[in-house]
Amino acid sequence: MAEDPIIRIRGLRNQFGAQVVHEDLDLDLWRGEVVGVVGGSGTGKSVLLRTIAGLRRPQAGSIEIFGKDALGCTDDERRAIDLRMGVMFQDGALFSSLTVRENVEVPLQAVPGLTPTLRHELADLKISLSGLPWFAGDKYPSELSGGMRKRAGLARAIALDPEVVFLDEPTAGLDPIGATAFDVLIRQLADSLGLTVFLVTHDLDTLHAACDRIAVLAERKVLVTGSMADMLHVDHPWVREYFHGPRSRAAIEATTRTA
Amino acid sequence: MAHFAFEVREAGADAPRALALRGALTVQTLTRLETLLAGQPAGTATVLDLSGVEHMDTAGAWSLVRFAGRGQGVRLQGLSPRLQSLLDAVRDAMPRPDPPAPAPYGLREFLEGTGRRVASAGQLAVELSAYLGVFLARLGRAVRHPSEFRMTSLVHHCQDVGWRAVPIVALMGFLIGVVLAFQGSVQLRQFGAEVFVVELIAISILRELGILLTAIIVAGRTASAFTAAIGSMKMREEIDAMRTLGIDPAMVLFVPRILALLITLPILALIANIAGFVGGALMAWAELGISPGMFYVRLTDQISIDHAIVGFSKAPVFAVIIGVIGCHAGMRVESNTESLGRMTSAAVVAAIFAVIAADALFSVFYARVGL
Ligand SMILES: Nc1ncnc2c1ncn2[C@@H]1O[C@H](COP(=O)(O)OP(=O)(O)OP(=O)(O)O)[C@@H](O)[C@H]1O
Ligand SMILES: [Mg+2]
Repeated sequence: MAEDPIIRIRGLRNQFGAQVVHEDLDLDLWRGEVVGVVGGSGTGKSVLLRTIAGLRRPQAGSIEIFGKDALGCTDDERRAIDLRMGVMFQDGALFSSLTVRENVEVPLQAVPGLTPTLRHELADLKISLSGLPWFAGDKYPSELSGGMRKRAGLARAIALDPEVVFLDEPTAGLDPIGATAFDVLIRQLADSLGLTVFLVTHDLDTLHAACDRIAVLAERKVLVTGSMADMLHVDHPWVREYFHGPRSRAAIEATTRTA
Repeated sequence: MAHFAFEVREAGADAPRALALRGALTVQTLTRLETLLAGQPAGTATVLDLSGVEHMDTAGAWSLVRFAGRGQGVRLQGLSPRLQSLLDAVRDAMPRPDPPAPAPYGLREFLEGTGRRVASAGQLAVELSAYLGVFLARLGRAVRHPSEFRMTSLVHHCQDVGWRAVPIVALMGFLIGVVLAFQGSVQLRQFGAEVFVVELIAISILRELGILLTAIIVAGRTASAFTAAIGSMKMREEIDAMRTLGIDPAMVLFVPRILALLITLPILALIANIAGFVGGALMAWAELGISPGMFYVRLTDQISIDHAIVGFSKAPVFAVIIGVIGCHAGMRVESNTESLGRMTSAAVVAAIFAVIAADALFSVFYARVGL
């Protein structure tokens, strides 16, 4: 690809006390692609997501987002970057005292000159785009099922039409049908809205169905990146076990059958 | 970045109106786009030329789809394929509102609302008596199976509810005594009946003020604390977890709390009474020259023990009212933070109101039986 990556991470180092989570980590995200990040529990996927999203300052390294230095910029510049990114947290992190519609309206309040009616109607559109039924807009997060909460979290994440969306385990805890529907939704949104998606997951089916590229986090860095087919040829014990395990084989067979 | 421009071309009489949009159709420019589109004459054939649109997001697409849906004569053309697919995606996802439920109106709404409120007040009374029943049942069970009862918890709550409230209750009682003595001395001096100030202070504090004001302070402190503690456990599904683990929430949460109130409220009332006498005696001494010794003699000679009995008989009732209302409100907290705050303040208001109402009933009752 000729153009510059939308996010470029170089030499990233994250550390909690004596525990080094990331060391010398490099990763590029290109415009319009869906990248699936996999790795064992505790390898620092969530920490990486939080670091890129600006919720955590790394000990060393550089992060460039939209061509700007995200660590050395002023607060105003950082805010401008944040408005072009959306984050869906592992458990939704919806505001419990607001309805789903009001949750989606929160980021829209940053747009100057938008009337309440317009904001309301745009929120309804996002709710509908994320596959929720109409009545969900008036409900409180506690009145929704886990899968609906995830969709509501996604609706809030895409409220401002961000260029990059970070999703932390979007399909964890969903039933297989709901998870498949969510995979399809992510793929659709990425294609139709031109989203770049950074997707942390343990779900092999999601990797198959939704991701263009897979990045494996192991040994404190991004070990390899590549397509699903590339992963099958990687010579690393964890990667081999992950992608050659019985679950993986089932997922690959399922996709080849439907293809 | 968010520039936006347009151009209207009025073609010949039979050709449709053409409107060319250029630049960015995004949420940033949405207000201007909406104003422009809303200003277009309805019912006329219009061609929207979108070949100059460089940038569009879902908000812009939504606006266009809505405009196109306004009449038959609207055509969109010239959009680049990438943006066209976005437009199609938005068109597929346009929200379809459910038909709204018919809203009640006028007199009917008024009657319905009144009925609902009365019914929910009745419901609340029923629920509160149910909680009282549960408390008594668990208390009976705790007597029969002492091993299920949590002594540590009871001691902890006694400290929280009783011991920690001693300073504020004592101060309040003292000040009430001072105020009564002062006001009483001003009035009674007019009749030369200064010495009756002792009766005034003793009877009003023993019968009414000591226990009532103590109960109000405890309602403010403790009902809210019960609601907040139980409510936040309810919010984090800890109470559900208890149930699945075979632990009875009523036994471990309600019984120690309400029992702690039952034990400590009379003691607090006693402290308030004594502090009130001390305050009253000091003020009577300063204002009227009634020495503390004389105050004491008059107090013990003239004041019947009945007044103290009347006062202390209210304590257990007030304790149960405060405890049951606090625990019940805690269990009504839903899984959002706002309901926690709402229920906490509702618990305080309800507890204070119920205490005062019960006190009024007591007054009527004791007046009838002649105590
Ligand atoms: N705030 C923190 N303080 C100390 N250590 C932390 C903190 N946050 C994360 N860690 C550590 O960083 C490591 C990576 O955590 P992270 O949450 O990124 O794992 P993960 O890859 O997302 O795992 P999972 O798949 O289970 O979600 C863990 O060992 C964790 O103990
Ligand atoms: Mg995680």
